[in-house]
Amino acid sequence: MAKRRTKSKGIFDPKLVKAALIDSFTKLDPRALWRNPVMLAVEIGSVVTTVNFVINLITGKGEPAWFTGIVSAWLWLTVLFATFAESLAEGRGKARAESMKKTRKEIMAKKLKKPEPGAEYELVPSTQLRKGDVILVEAKELIAGDGEVIAGAALVNEAAVTGESAPVVRESGGDRSAVTAGTLVIANSVVVRITANPGETFLDRMISLVEGAKRRKTPNEMALEVLLLALTVVFFLVVVNLSPLSLYSVKAMGKGQPVTLVVLVALFVCLIPTTIAALLPAIGIAGMDRLFQKNVIALSGRAIEAAGDVNVLLLDKTGTITLGNRQAVAFLPLAGCSEKELAEAALMASLTDETPEGRSIVVLAKQRYDLRMRELPLNAESIPFSAETRISGVNIDGHAFLKGAGDSIAGVVRSLGGTVPPELEGHVTDIAKSGGTPLVVSRDAEVLGVINLKDVLKGGIKERFLQLRSMGIKTVMITGDNPLTAAAIATEAQVDDFLAQAKPEDKLRLIRENQDRGYMVAMTGDGTNDAPALAQADVAVAMNTGTQPAREAANIIDLDSNPTKLLDIVEIGKQILMTRGTLTTFSIANDVAKYFAIIPAAFAPIYPQLGILNVMRLANPFSAILSAVIFNAIIIPLLIPLALKGTRYRPMPAERLLVYNLLIYGVGGLLTPFVGIKLIDLLINLLV
Amino acid sequence: MHANIIFDISQILALLIGVTLLVRPLGGYMKRVYQGEGVFLGPVLGPLEGALYRMSGVRKDEEMDWKHYAGAMLTFNLVTMALMFAILMLQGSLPLNPQKFPGFSWDLALNTAVSFTTNTNWQNYSGESAASYFTQVMALMVHQFLSAATGMAIVIAFVRGLARRTAETLGNFWVDMTRGVLYILLPIAFVAALVLVSQGVIQNFSPYKSVPLIQPTSYERPKLDANSNPIKNADGKPVTETVALQEQTLPMGPVASLEAIKELGTNGGGFFNANSAHPYENPTPLSNFLELLLILMIPAALTNTFGRMAGETRQGWAVYTAMLLLFVIAVGALYWAEYSGNPLVQKLGVGGYSMEGKEVRFGLGGSALFSASTTATSCGAVNTMHDSLTPLGGMVPMVLILLGEVVFGGVGSGLYTMLAFVIIAVFAAGLMIGRTPEYLGKKIEVTEMWMSVITVLTAGAVILALVAIALITPAAVRSMANPGPHGLSEVLYAFASQANNNGSAFAGLNGNTLFYNLTGSLAMLLGRFAPAVSVLAMAGSLAGKKYVPPSVGTLPTDQLPFIFWLVAVVLIVGALTFFPALALGPIVEHMIMQGGV
Repeated sequence: MAKRRTKSKGIFDPKLVKAALIDSFTKLDPRALWRNPVMLAVEIGSVVTTVNFVINLITGKGEPAWFTGIVSAWLWLTVLFATFAESLAEGRGKARAESMKKTRKEIMAKKLKKPEPGAEYELVPSTQLRKGDVILVEAKELIAGDGEVIAGAALVNEAAVTGESAPVVRESGGDRSAVTAGTLVIANSVVVRITANPGETFLDRMISLVEGAKRRKTPNEMALEVLLLALTVVFFLVVVNLSPLSLYSVKAMGKGQPVTLVVLVALFVCLIPTTIAALLPAIGIAGMDRLFQKNVIALSGRAIEAAGDVNVLLLDKTGTITLGNRQAVAFLPLAGCSEKELAEAALMASLTDETPEGRSIVVLAKQRYDLRMRELPLNAESIPFSAETRISGVNIDGHAFLKGAGDSIAGVVRSLGGTVPPELEGHVTDIAKSGGTPLVVSRDAEVLGVINLKDVLKGGIKERFLQLRSMGIKTVMITGDNPLTAAAIATEAQVDDFLAQAKPEDKLRLIRENQDRGYMVAMTGDGTNDAPALAQADVAVAMNTGTQPAREAANIIDLDSNPTKLLDIVEIGKQILMTRGTLTTFSIANDVAKYFAIIPAAFAPIYPQLGILNVMRLANPFSAILSAVIFNAIIIPLLIPLALKGTRYRPMPAERLLVYNLLIYGVGGLLTPFVGIKLIDLLINLLV
Repeated sequence: MHANIIFDISQILALLIGVTLLVRPLGGYMKRVYQGEGVFLGPVLGPLEGALYRMSGVRKDEEMDWKHYAGAMLTFNLVTMALMFAILMLQGSLPLNPQKFPGFSWDLALNTAVSFTTNTNWQNYSGESAASYFTQVMALMVHQFLSAATGMAIVIAFVRGLARRTAETLGNFWVDMTRGVLYILLPIAFVAALVLVSQGVIQNFSPYKSVPLIQPTSYERPKLDANSNPIKNADGKPVTETVALQEQTLPMGPVASLEAIKELGTNGGGFFNANSAHPYENPTPLSNFLELLLILMIPAALTNTFGRMAGETRQGWAVYTAMLLLFVIAVGALYWAEYSGNPLVQKLGVGGYSMEGKEVRFGLGGSALFSASTTATSCGAVNTMHDSLTPLGGMVPMVLILLGEVVFGGVGSGLYTMLAFVIIAVFAAGLMIGRTPEYLGKKIEVTEMWMSVITVLTAGAVILALVAIALITPAAVRSMANPGPHGLSEVLYAFASQANNNGSAFAGLNGNTLFYNLTGSLAMLLGRFAPAVSVLAMAGSLAGKKYVPPSVGTLPTDQLPFIFWLVAVVLIVGALTFFPALALGPIVEHMIMQGGV
C-alpha cells in the first residue's frame, strides 16, 4: 500500500492554526457568514451587546459596563470559534492544494501532426492542448495533459498525483492506458490522446476539490440546517416573549427589574444550537479531508454521504477478496503413487513455469517435502503453456513431466498409449467443487495425480465482511469463475451473494435490479467495460490505475488503487452523518442546563422563590449568566477535535449504536454543562 | 375527606385497559373504511354513500395529488366556516330559538366559527344563555362531525403518502370525508348518545323550564340607583337588599346528540357553559367513564389504522406506546399534585386533597383522569375547573397542550403531529447511526424536515408571539381575573389551548373581548391549517419516494429505544420552548404557595 501523501499531522499543527486564525477573522464578514444563519444570528447578537456596552460606558446607566463588556467579548469569541473551526478544517486542504498547484506549471508539449509515434510534431504550450489532440511524451518529460495512451508503453512516476513514488506501467490498450497531467515519464515514450481541456484535468479538479471552492451543501446537511434554523426562530420567539413576561411580572409583583437586553441576547445565544452550527461546515470538510489522507478523492460530498447509506457492495473477486493469484495448496496422488512422488513430478513440471501459480507449486513442494532444485538441469527442455494445448511442463532425460487441465492431460496420456484411471474424474470434480482449480500432473504416459490450485483470501477479509454484515451491508462477489468455484469461494469468504461468469452487462443489470428494490449500490471498477456499471452505481469507486472512461464514470477515485478502500469510504460516510447527529443532540441537550443557570438569575429580583431552580448554586446572577455564555463559547473549540476526527464508528447493529450514542451524547450533553458551568462559576468567583 | 385511592387507581387502569382493547378492532375497522373495503355497515350505509356521491358529482375513484387534496380541504373548511358565521350572526331570525337569543356580535361569531371549524371548540359564549337550538345543532354540532372528519382525512392522506411507493396521489378528500362521517363518527355517536340518555343526559327541543326550589333560599344583593351604580351608605359601604329565591330555571335542549360527538370528535364544545361538569351533560360516574372512553378511542385507534395501512402494525403500536407513556406520566403527576392539595388551605384545617372546582360525584380520580384526557387529546371538554387545580396540577393540562397535542391528540391531528415528531426524532437518531434517516423505508430529506418543523413548531411560535403581545396590551391584561403568576397562566393557557385546537380554558380570563376574539381566531386558524397543509405537502413528497427495504443497518422505529427517544424529543422540544413561561407562571405560583408568601 502506498505511503500517506502527507504525514498525519496533529489537528492543531501550528502552521495551520496560524493561517486559520487569520482566515477566521475574514470570515466574520456577514456576507460570508450568511451561509451559516445560526452563527450570523450570534454575530448580530454580539453587535447588539457591544452597542449596549458602549452606551453603558458613556452614560454609566444600566448594568455594570464590565458585565456587558465581558458578555460582548465572549459572544464575539463564540462567532470567532465557529469561523476558526471552519478555517482550520479548510486549512489542510488548502495547504495541499498549494503544493499541487506547484506541479501544475506550464510545460511545452510535443503535439503530433498525425497520431503515430514517428510523426512530425510541433511544440505547443500545455494550456493550448485541447481534447482530441495527440502528443508524444518521451523519457524524462512531464505529461502535459490528461489522456489515454494510444501507442507504446512507458514507465511513469505518478507521485505528483498519488504520492506513490514507485513508477507504474502505462500502455496502450487494456485497463492501464490512462495518464494524468503532471506525471513524469521515466522510461520509453508513449503517444497520448488528450481527453481533457486545460483547467478540467484531474489535477485541476483535485485542486478545486481540496480547496473547498466547489463545496456545496449536501442534501442531508441542508435538512439538518432546516432543523437548526427552525430551532433558532423558536428560541428567538422564546427570548422575545421573555421581555413581556418580565415586564408583566414586575408590574404584578411590584418589585424587581425587567430582564435587560444583554441578558436576553445572552440567553438567546446560549439556547440556539451554536455548538453544532459552528462545527457543521468543519465536519463535512474534515470528512473529505480524512478520505484524502487515505488517498481517496471524493468528487462530491454527496458521494461520501451516499457511501454511508450503501446497502449492497459489489466487489471484484480478484484483487479485492482474494490475492491476485491462485496458489497450490495440496497434492492429491492417484492410487499407486505416493504424495511425495507426485510432488516431485509437479516440481519438475513447474521448473520453467514463471507464472505465480507455477512458483506456488515449487514453494509448496519445498514446504511439504523439502524438495528443491536450485538450478535447471542442463538437459531440460521447457514445454511452454499454449492456449491450444493447455499444457506446460519440462522434458528431462527423455521423461516428460507435464501439468495441465484434466482432459488435455488425459488426451496426451492416451496418445502415448497410457490409460486414465477412472478415479481421476472424482478428484478433479472434488477440487472444482471446493473452489479450487485442478491441475493434473503426468509423467510420460502415467497420470500421477492432481494439484489443487486455490484462490487465497486476503488476510482479514472475512472479518471485514462480518463487520459489513453487522452494519447491514450486503456484499456481492463478482467473478468470471464458473458458478461452482464461485460458490465455494463465496462460502469461504462469507460474502452474502456472488455473480459468476459475470459479463459487464450482468454487472449493470445487477446494479439496476438492486436499485429498483430501493438499495444503494456501491462498486469498484477499473476497466473500460466497468464504466457503464460505475455510472449506474450510487457510489462508484474507480482505481486511479484504471482507464479514463472508468475514472470519468466514477464519483470517487482511489489513488492507491486498493479495492478494499470501499470499506473505509463507507466508514467515513457514516462518521460524517454520525458526527452531525451526535453534536446536534449534544448541542440541544446542553440547553437544559443553560436554562437552569440563566432563568433563576434573570428573575431573581422579581421572584426570589425561583432560586430553587438554581440547582448549580451559582454565586450570583452576573456570574451565572457569564458562566453559561462562556461555557457555550468554549465548548466549540473543545469539540473541534471531535468534529475533525469524526465520532468513532464501531460496526454494530443500528439499535445498539443508537443507544450507545444517546447515552454518550444525549445524557452526556445533558450533564456536561451542569459541571462545566459550575466550574466556570467557581473560577470567576475565585478571580473576582 | 379521604380520597378513595384504590377506587381511583382501578378507574385509571380500567380506562387504560379499555382504550387499549379498543385500539385493534376500531383501528382495523377504520382501515377498512378508508381503504374502501367491505365493512358490516356497508349494506346499510352503502346506498346512502352512493347517493351522496351522485348528488354532489364526486367520482369516488378519482384520486387527488397533495395540492388538490389540500385545496379541497381548505375550500371545504372555508365555505362551511362562512356558513356557520352566517348562522351565528342571524341566529335571532332563525327557527328553534325558544329563548329568543339574539345573533352573536361579529367578533364573537368569527371566533366561534373559527373555533368549531378548527376542531378547537373554544367558547367565548355560554351555550345556555347565548346559543339557540338551531345554532347548537346546525352550526356547532354539524361542525363537530365535519372538523373531526377533516382531521381524520388529513392523517389518512398522510399515511397513504408514507405507505405508497413512487405514487403521485393521496386519495380523494370528498370520499375520505364522507366515509369518515358516515361509517365511523355517525354510528359510534348514535350508539353513545343512546347510552348517555340512559344515564340521564337530556335530549329535547323544549323551552327552558322553571321549577320550584325544594329548599327556597335567599341572598344579599347590592341596591342600585337609576344609573346602575351601587348605592352606598354614610360609611361608604354598599347598601344591600335581601332577595328570596323560590324557583330556578333549568336549561333544556338536544344535549345527548351533541354530547356524544363532542367527546368522540375530540371537539369539547359543551352544550352548557359548565360543560361535562353539568349534570345534564355528564350525570353519573358511568357516563363520565363512557365520555373518557369516547374522547380517547379514535385518536388511540388511529395509530393502529396507521400501522395497518403502512403494512407494519408494530409501527402503530410503537407510536401508541409512546403516547400511552406520556399519558400515564401526566395522569400520575396530576393526581399526585391534587392529592397533595394546597398547604395554605390545609393550614386552615380543611385537610386532605384539593376538591376546589371538582364534582363530588366524579371524585379525585374521575376528575384528574378527565382533565388529563381532555388535554392529552385536543378535546377540551371539562368536568373540572382547570383554573382551580393546584399550580402544579394545573400545569399538567397546560403542558399536555403545550407539547403540541400529541399525547393521543385530536382525531387525526394528534397522530399527524406525532408523526411529524417521529420524523424529527428519526432524523436525529438516523444521523446518530450514520445513515441518511429513513422512516418506513422513506428517506427523510429537506422537504420532510421543513414540513415537520412547521407542523411541530407552528403552535409554539404562535403561542409565544401572542402571549407576548397580550402581556403588553393593557386591554388584554385587564381581562385577567387573577393578578400575578396565576393571571399569566390564564393567558398562556388561553393561547396554548387555541393554537393547539384544544378549546378548554383556564377560566378566569374574560375571553369575549375584541382582542381575545381576534387574536384567538388567528391562533386557531394558524394552529390548525399551517400544520394541516404542511402534513399534506409532506405526504405528497413521501408518496413520490422509492421504498428502501430495511436491513440490520436500518434504525428500528418499533423498538423501545426509539420509543423512549421519541418521548424524550417531544418532552425536550416542549420544555425548551416553554420553560421560561412555565417558570414564571405555574412553577413560581407553586413556590409561592409552598412558601406561603
